[in-house]
Amino acid sequence: MVEFTLPKNSRIKKGKTYEAPASAKRVKNFHVYRWQPEKEENPRLDTYEVDLDNCGPMVLDALIKIKNEIDSSLTFRRSCREGICGSCSMNIDGVNTLACLCPIEDIKGDAKVYPLPHMEVVKDLVPDLTHIFAQYASVEPWLQADTTSPPNEERLQSREDRAKLDGLWECVLCFCCSTSCPSYWWNEDRYLGPAVLLSAYRWIVDSRDEATGKRLDNLEDPFRLYRCHTIMNCTKTCPKGLNPAKSIAEIKKLLVARR
Amino acid sequence: MSLRSPLGRVRGLGSAKEGTAHWWAQRVTAIALVPLALWFVASILSLIGADYATTTAWIGMPVPAVLLILLLTATFYHAQLGLQVVLEDYVHNEGLKLAAILLVKFACLVLGLAAVFGVLKIAFQG
Ligand code: SF4
Ligand code: SF4
Ligand code: FES
Repeated sequence: MVEFTLPKNSRIKKGKTYEAPASAKRVKNFHVYRWQPEKEENPRLDTYEVDLDNCGPMVLDALIKIKNEIDSSLTFRRSCREGICGSCSMNIDGVNTLACLCPIEDIKGDAKVYPLPHMEVVKDLVPDLTHIFAQYASVEPWLQADTTSPPNEERLQSREDRAKLDGLWECVLCFCCSTSCPSYWWNEDRYLGPAVLLSAYRWIVDSRDEATGKRLDNLEDPFRLYRCHTIMNCTKTCPKGLNPAKSIAEIKKLLVARR
Repeated sequence: MSLRSPLGRVRGLGSAKEGTAHWWAQRVTAIALVPLALWFVASILSLIGADYATTTAWIGMPVPAVLLILLLTATFYHAQLGLQVVLEDYVHNEGLKLAAILLVKFACLVLGLAAVFGVLKIAFQG
């Protein structure tokens, strides 16, 4: 839904400041979005002064240090800390990215850390992904074939066909792209968004899949697919360097080709 | 409040199996408008300083008249497609959205017909 101002209860207030120990020489301020569902309070921006001489190189390292040493109530998702699990996606310095792949030294001045934009917040930096994962499930992201696979053998795929999956299988479902897309902000109830469409395309181009037509049918919709207006925010922000806008363009091409 | 599952909500009424023709028409009219608009601007520039009689005589000639009608049709058709998309993007009240889209389509139809009628009138009546 288009909204140009935040609702009253979402306006961000100034929060607490946690000072670095006096011995710290290289201090960086992290302004972090905080919100707890149990408290009837507006979100606030807490400031943590982090001693960079005692901290790992990435923003995720700083957040873990804050949680371990400064304020254990800070809540965020993370697991692999190497850009593989897709959990630590958030908005850092105005850009959606994975905190574990974002070097602190790339941020000029104070670091601002917010949850992914335009998502409901569960707590602090944790967005509610229920709806977007339901959208992911709706494209049935698994191989579908009526031909049974040969006994005790895999389904074969030529090298050229396998190459078509490059740039698609690497997606870690962090949803940095979808939550950077204005079309997704305004119509997330019906538009599937770049992450889900890239996943849909990953199965559409898979030479082993036999449900291509059904998959295209499912996407051919003014809202599910055609809300994409090639704004390209998705491709610009993807921390894995993927190009969801291109996948969407390919889907549109296939829909024209089958007419 | 709804206790429907998230997947049920996403699947909703199913896909409309529509949108491709709209998208394709938008591209085709956009591409057609490039040479037509260039031709139109060049022609208007060459008519600078011309009097009323010269201008209407030019409009009435077969090639300019046909190209003008093509330009006007493509413009209003393209405008109507594009405005529909903008309204679908931003207006979320279903009733209001439907009314606004119908209004835009009707306005583009009326304006387009009026403009084409103007060209034809000049062409056939001078
Ligand atoms: S290219 Fe499409 S999906 Fe990507 S940001 Fe733009 S509108 Fe969204
Ligand atoms: S395409 Fe990139 S930004 Fe989008 S979900 Fe996949 S990895 Fe994340
Ligand atoms: S912690 Fe796994 S992607 Fe960042």
